[in-house]
Parts: sequence; C-alpha cells; structure tokens
Amino acid sequence: MYRYDEFDERFVRERVAQFADQVARRLDGSLSEDEFKPLRLKNGVYLQLHAYMLRIAVPYGTLNARQLRQLALIGERYDRGYGHFTTRTNLQFNWPKLRDIPAILGLLADVEMHCIQTSGNCIRNVTADHFAGVARDEIEDPRPTAELIRQWSSGHPEFSYLPRKFKIAVTGAEEDRAVTRAHDIGLRLRRHPDTQEICYEVSVGGGLGRTPMIGKVVRDDLPKKDLLAYLEAILRVYNLEGRRDNKYKARVKILVHEIGAEEFARRVEAEFAQLDGPSINADPEEVARIAAYFAPPAYETLPAVSNTLEAAKACNPVFARWVEVNTTAHKVPGYTAVTISLKPVGQAPGDATSAQMRTVADLAERYSLDELRVTHAQNLVLPHVRLRDLPAIWQKLGEAGLAEANIGLVTDIISCPGLDYCALATARSIPIAQAIQQRFADAQRQREIGPLGIKISGCINACGHHHVGHIGILGLEKRGIESYQITLGGDAGENAAIGEILGPGLAAEEVPAAIERIVAVYLAERLEAESFIDAVRRLGLAPFKAAFQEVPRAAA
Amino acid sequence: MPLLDRNGAREDGWTRSEGAAIGNIPAVIVPWDSLADALAQQGDGQSLGVLIPNSLAISALAPFLPRLALVAIGFPAYSDGRGFSLARQLRRAGFTGELRASGPLIPDQFAYALACGFDTIELPQANAERQPLEQWLRARDSYSLTYQRDYGTPDRNILDRRRAARATAAPGPR
Repeated sequence: MYRYDEFDERFVRERVAQFADQVARRLDGSLSEDEFKPLRLKNGVYLQLHAYMLRIAVPYGTLNARQLRQLALIGERYDRGYGHFTTRTNLQFNWPKLRDIPAILGLLADVEMHCIQTSGNCIRNVTADHFAGVARDEIEDPRPTAELIRQWSSGHPEFSYLPRKFKIAVTGAEEDRAVTRAHDIGLRLRRHPDTQEICYEVSVGGGLGRTPMIGKVVRDDLPKKDLLAYLEAILRVYNLEGRRDNKYKARVKILVHEIGAEEFARRVEAEFAQLDGPSINADPEEVARIAAYFAPPAYETLPAVSNTLEAAKACNPVFARWVEVNTTAHKVPGYTAVTISLKPVGQAPGDATSAQMRTVADLAERYSLDELRVTHAQNLVLPHVRLRDLPAIWQKLGEAGLAEANIGLVTDIISCPGLDYCALATARSIPIAQAIQQRFADAQRQREIGPLGIKISGCINACGHHHVGHIGILGLEKRGIESYQITLGGDAGENAAIGEILGPGLAAEEVPAAIERIVAVYLAERLEAESFIDAVRRLGLAPFKAAFQEVPRAAA
Repeated sequence: MPLLDRNGAREDGWTRSEGAAIGNIPAVIVPWDSLADALAQQGDGQSLGVLIPNSLAISALAPFLPRLALVAIGFPAYSDGRGFSLARQLRRAGFTGELRASGPLIPDQFAYALACGFDTIELPQANAERQPLEQWLRARDSYSLTYQRDYGTPDRNILDRRRAARATAAPGPR
C-alpha cells in the first residue's frame, strides 16, 4: 500500500488548515454562499436534505485496518454509528455537523486520508479494479498509475474549475471491473501487440447521468511515461472547449459526442504535440518509487488446495455456498480474495456500522496482510486470504451480520442513497432495493438465477449506475408520485452497454413483481449455463417487454 | 478597479479604453474587437494591452502577441476556469508581457492564477471590499508545496523535491 512521505503529509495537513480558513471566511461573510459552495464541495462537504454530508476519499478503494478503524471511530463520535460506501469507492457520513468537520479532517489526516476532490467540478477521486494486484487476469497492477494520478490531480492549478466533474478509472486486467468505459477518462493497461511494451489504452467521454455514453478509445498505445502530459492535454482541451452554458451538457462526453471522437482526439494530439513531456511527466524514478509500495506482499508457499477448507465445506453447505459465491481466484496458490457483502437482505446497500467496520479491520489485519478494498459495487474485499483461514473468517463475519452469500447475485444491488438522504433525488432508492432483496431472499432461488446485477438510482444523475445494470431502475417523480423506469441489457464490464427502457414507469410497490417477471422470462428461455445478461443479448428485448407489459398496475 | 500582484496591492499604470480611440495615452488596454484598429494608431513608445474574452482561441491572438505589452483575460465568473488554460497557452506561446486575470476571482484562486502564469488580478470593487488583501495573501500561501510539475518554481514542487532528495542520497557519477 502507498504510504505518505513528508510532502504528502504536509499537503493534506495544509488542506485541513485551508478548509478551516474557508469556513471562517464564510462565517464572517467574506465568502458568499455561492463562492463557498464549490470550496466545500471540493472538500467533500455537501448540504443534503436533513444535514451536511461528508464524503471521504478512498483512493482506488484501498484501505488498511488502521484507516478503517479510524472511519469507525469517526462514525461513532461524529455520526450515528455507521457510514455508507459509495459507487466511487468512497465513504459517506450522512449526519456530521459542520462545526465538527475540521476535527474529522484532522482525524483523517492522522491516518493518511482526506476528502480532497470527492465532489466539485474538478478531477475526482480516482478508482481502480478492486482486485488490483491479486487478479489472475492482470497484466499490470493499476494502483501505481492511480496513485500517480491522485497526486497529479490534487489541487491542480489549471483544472480545478472545469465545466463539470471529471472521473478517471484505471484497470490493468482483461475483465473490466472498474467500469472504465463509463468514466470521463478510462485507462486500460495493455501489452502492445508489436512492441510488447506495457502501454495505456485511453478512452474518453464515457459517463452515466442523464445522457449515458460509453467512452471512445482515443489512443490505444500511449507510452506509460507520457501519461501525465497526455492527461494534461485532454483536460486542457476539455477545460477550454467543454460547454459551460448548460450544466447538463457540460461533461466531456457531450463535447466528444458533439465534435466526434476523431476530432476530439485530433485536438488532444495537437495540444499534446506542443507539450514538453519531460518537464511535465513524473520521472521514471518517481514512478518506480510509487510502484514499489504496491509490490506483492510476502506470500507463504501454500498448497493450491486446503484440506481444512475442503473439510469445512463438506460438513457445512451454507459455508460452502458462501465460499463459492464470495471468493475470487487469487494469482498466488493457496490464497483467495474474499468479498464481504454489504448487502444483507433488508439493509441499506453499502452501509456498515462502526462495529462492523472494526470487525472487518480486525479480519484484514489478522488474515489479509492488513489490506482491504472497497468495490464500486459497494462491498468490501479482503484481498490476500489463505484458503485455510476461510472458515474462521466466515464465522466472524456471521457474528457481525456480514456473511451474506450474494456477491454478483440478484440481491447484491447497487443503490444510491436516494430520497432518504439526497437533496437531488426524485425518488427513494434504498426501500426499493430492500423490497427486491426480500422478494428474492431465498438462497436456493438466488443460486438458480445466477449472476444478475440490479442497479438503482433515485434520479437521473445515475449515481446508482442504473444505465449499466443488467436490470436498471431509475426513480423519477411524476406529478408528485414516485415512478420507476426499468431498463434492461446494460453492462458495466468490458462489453460495456447502456440498458434500454422496457416500458412505462411503475409505482414503487410494483417494482419487485416486475423484476420477478423479467427473471421468469430468463429462467424459461435460457440455454444451458447461460447467464442472465447473455440471455438478454441473445433474445433481445421483445420477450422481456411482453412480460413487462403484463405487470399488473395499481394506477391504470 | 483594485489590482493585485503576487506581493500584494499594486498601482495600475494602465488605462482602459472602451474602443479603439487610444490618443496618446502611454499605456492603454483596448477590447479585443478594437485591437486591430488600435494597433494601426499605436504611437512610438505607446504600450498597448488587450482585454480578451476567455472563449478566444490562442491561435487568433498569437499573431498580435509580439506587439502587446499586456493581455488581460476576462473571467466572467470565478467558476469559469477557461482563463487558467488560456494563460498557460499564452505563456507557452512565448508571451512575456503582463498577464492579467480580470473579473470576480476569489482568494482561493490566487495561487492557481499565479501558477498558471498570471502576474496580476484585477477585481471588481465590491469583491475587493468584501475580501480584503490579507485574505488574498493568506490564501496565496495555503500550500507550501504542490504536485504539478511545470507550474511555477521547481523548489515548490513535490516531484522535483523528491527527485532532488534522491540525487543527494544516491552517490553521483565520479
């Protein structure tokens, strides 16, 4: 894991002091509310429906036990004893008081954490594959790139007043677990087919929100050493030419769409050609310095199969099922990556209590080389677990209410906070997620259905990524009543796709039955071992639409 | 309108002209639309500056740069950051005259403006009254070091400082 040096430490401390000064200038009237707003947003402070909300950056989703314990402490001392993990792998507290925020920032700085650029029209917290460093299909660990971008984007003098927010994701694997094509910039580390050198494929202009778009590749062979200069060129073109007349058309995806990906790439290349790379890019020693922090930990030499694990599975089918669903193959024999579900049936997706955070921190320290990850699907990962330790981990997770075996299944729902918390929301999200979870709670049934990603957003800003859900649910408000639009066929992976609308909106209480009907079509029509999304791709929308039309509606 | 440079308040030696009429004013800033006319009238020893909108492409301004002693970039709102990129491009184009940010910037943008190549900030009267000089100077010094290379001096850059530390730590070639 990356560790701050004296400079990183000083930067974060100075940000805390700067924020305290900004609050003071707001309170004495020097800063108007309009002027203060982007300053507080750039430090993760939102004014929500009922209270302030504080969004804490978890850069590329990586945490250690000490950091998670500090988050637990903050939740307990300054919030209501829980926090909410988001689709940008951040953590949100929903009830802090403005006067406590400088103290919270100080506690975060103590553990090398901050809230820098978790909101605002700037380069946001960078995300990466949550199985970085452990995935078998990895070409190169994306975290050194992500950390370099974290530093480069922090307090950028030129790119802090962009037309709109700007999100960057990095993956180094074949399977795109970081949803890179739904980001303003998606970086994919790849091996150049001719030179065999590792380089970046750069896509630009992806994004969800009210105009969902899949990013377009503008460069497929960017040398690693040129990364920062190339990013500077992209951001400069966007900063100068992105639309500022309408906030809903201000993301880079609209610029790319309006002038075309080829023209956008041409302008970027023209700008890039004028830049002096060596004076902008990090030198190779600096890149190596950062990369060294992500060197593989000292793994033990273990047999590929653990007899302890196999014996435990044989005598406990519930445990065996959890192992089957919640673990992912690790590149080192005898190890596995455990995904801890923050989606127990009936709970708010992504919420964790302070007690649960401490349990997970203890497990990370004892069983996962003091490391854990936050996923964009709002779950947690213990990335380096010995197979033989799984029974003990499962036992402890169970005691904390965290042993739900549903990763990637129908009840592993991504959901934004919705109208229960968010000032932008037009409808509730969490209760919809809970109702669907309850409808499909039966483990046997979930197993029969197999992988199925449901994603829920409570407004068109699409924080719940509904466009790329296999089934997407968008909560709107029509004449004062919540109305839910269902989309089908979205995909967040390397075959990224935007879902299509199935039909007219539904009332909240009609949603679970509609999902059930869609699932029933799949179960009736699927081929041997065909997943839900594969079946949707093969069958097209028609049979699902037909079933959807038959959903009984309360309001005719 | 009040003017600041990196050291604090500064007397403005420039006069604004609303159009191309520049008479024999020694240092005069004209609007972009009037620049060609003003250049045609420019007298010996007369310094000319231009106020440009932040939507102007650098390619349109570049041919005039050798004859300009000042470029002021309009900031219609503090939230519109185009001027920062335009300033960078102007410096890259070799402009060495005074570069001025003109508009309702806020103190928290002072260090950014300086790092992007601005020399001076020209504020509306009301903003300057609400946000006194000492706030600007404090905000200027919020960060002792920054991460972006090539924005300002290497001794305040974290990557360059790390590099220097490495050079000191490693035995050099003999």
